[in-house]
Amino acid sequence: MKKILIVGGGMGGTILANNLARRLTNELKTGKVRITMLSASEKHMYQPGLLYLAVGRITPDELYRDQASLLEPGIEFHVDPVEEFKLDNNQVKTKSGKTFDYDYMAIATGSRMFPEGIPGMVEGAETFYTEDSALKMCKRLQSFEGGKVVITVGVPHKCPMAPLEITFMLHDYFKDRGMSDKVQLQYTYPIGRVHSLENVAKWAAPEMDKLGIKYETFFNIKEVDAKNKVLKSEEGTEINYDLLITIPAHKGMEVLEKNGMGQSGWIPTNKTKLNMEGRDNVFVLGDTTNIPISKAGSTAHFEADTLGENLAAMVKMGMPVREYDGKVFCFIEAGKDRASYAMFDYKNPPDPKAPTKAVHWFKMAYNKLYWISARGLL
Amino acid sequence: MAEKKIVDGRGSFCPGPLMELIVALKSSQVGDELEVLSTDKGSANDIPEWLNKVGHEYISTTEAEGVWHITLRKSK
Repeated sequence: MKKILIVGGGMGGTILANNLARRLTNELKTGKVRITMLSASEKHMYQPGLLYLAVGRITPDELYRDQASLLEPGIEFHVDPVEEFKLDNNQVKTKSGKTFDYDYMAIATGSRMFPEGIPGMVEGAETFYTEDSALKMCKRLQSFEGGKVVITVGVPHKCPMAPLEITFMLHDYFKDRGMSDKVQLQYTYPIGRVHSLENVAKWAAPEMDKLGIKYETFFNIKEVDAKNKVLKSEEGTEINYDLLITIPAHKGMEVLEKNGMGQSGWIPTNKTKLNMEGRDNVFVLGDTTNIPISKAGSTAHFEADTLGENLAAMVKMGMPVREYDGKVFCFIEAGKDRASYAMFDYKNPPDPKAPTKAVHWFKMAYNKLYWISARGLL
Repeated sequence: MAEKKIVDGRGSFCPGPLMELIVALKSSQVGDELEVLSTDKGSANDIPEWLNKVGHEYISTTEAEGVWHITLRKSK
């Protein structure tokens, strides 16, 4: 029997598990393959929904489904997170003390925001990268009566479009509340343009100019003086604020750092084969790789497609059959009712078009269709 | 002397070589030498400009077969 272990029940892990279950239906039935998923949670969160929660456009319950309900029959699912990786023994040990053996393991543990890494950030800034923080930000926005709102971006972070999306959505949010003349929005970004993707920055900067949104580039967050409401950069500049919103720097899961799997929890990963460097039977997908690629749900999705095909081929034929080409697809919400998208891979840069209502409604539809994607059907 | 750390940003459109460098610097020590590999010509200008702004030591840039090699040292 071949044992396939999937660590992590987010987008990448769930699509991979379902993809494998369909490709290896006969092998599962005859006991030639076992697919096991270990997750820290019985719930699956649709993380892009947090953006909408922060501005009060959805409620928290809309973010979640039961993880078990998303999985194909035949997948063994345990809410029992891994605490020890014993790679030389092809084993993991979980929180409950159980040991799971594997022939192949896929690590898809995602990433977490780490505002604690910047002095004063936790005290001084709102964010929307967890349910609790998004709800807190929603309440703070509702009680905000005017002033300077600064949106500041740390590196690295998941969801590359979120900084622009929250900025444009906040513009419309305050406009709808009749507060445009009372609120000044300012955006900071770590490199010399307003977004990492050049073509996205070329569209976004004039859009910010048109909407009266100020921006400062080459701004890497150094510290937050929460008492005096001052944001300071490594480059030596300072910005006063009345309300600070951050897209914080992220790390991989702490368990990976504790197990020496990668600095800051980013696992060294081959960018086309998706195996952990130095390991032929351990694979990595999603945010937790160290691949220089967007930490986005679509990245995990397309990596899972490739890995699913390869693992199934390795079971059936003893060899992988595909390489991951770096494909990423990200929607870009440009306000409350218009959106664009960026699609690219390792060889082809994105070329986003002007935002339209049609693409926004496509994104609205995808917010619901996501659950079909998670089941590996879309 | 510590080994030079390679930051391989070849084929990276997002987040891109400069953001990869910023991440790598966070886990580097003062005095460490880093070399960024980039297939993006813009990085050859952006990276030295940013190093100058933030106060790290820019060492050199070379280009071979469409890949830029930008070497620097973490200074603070």
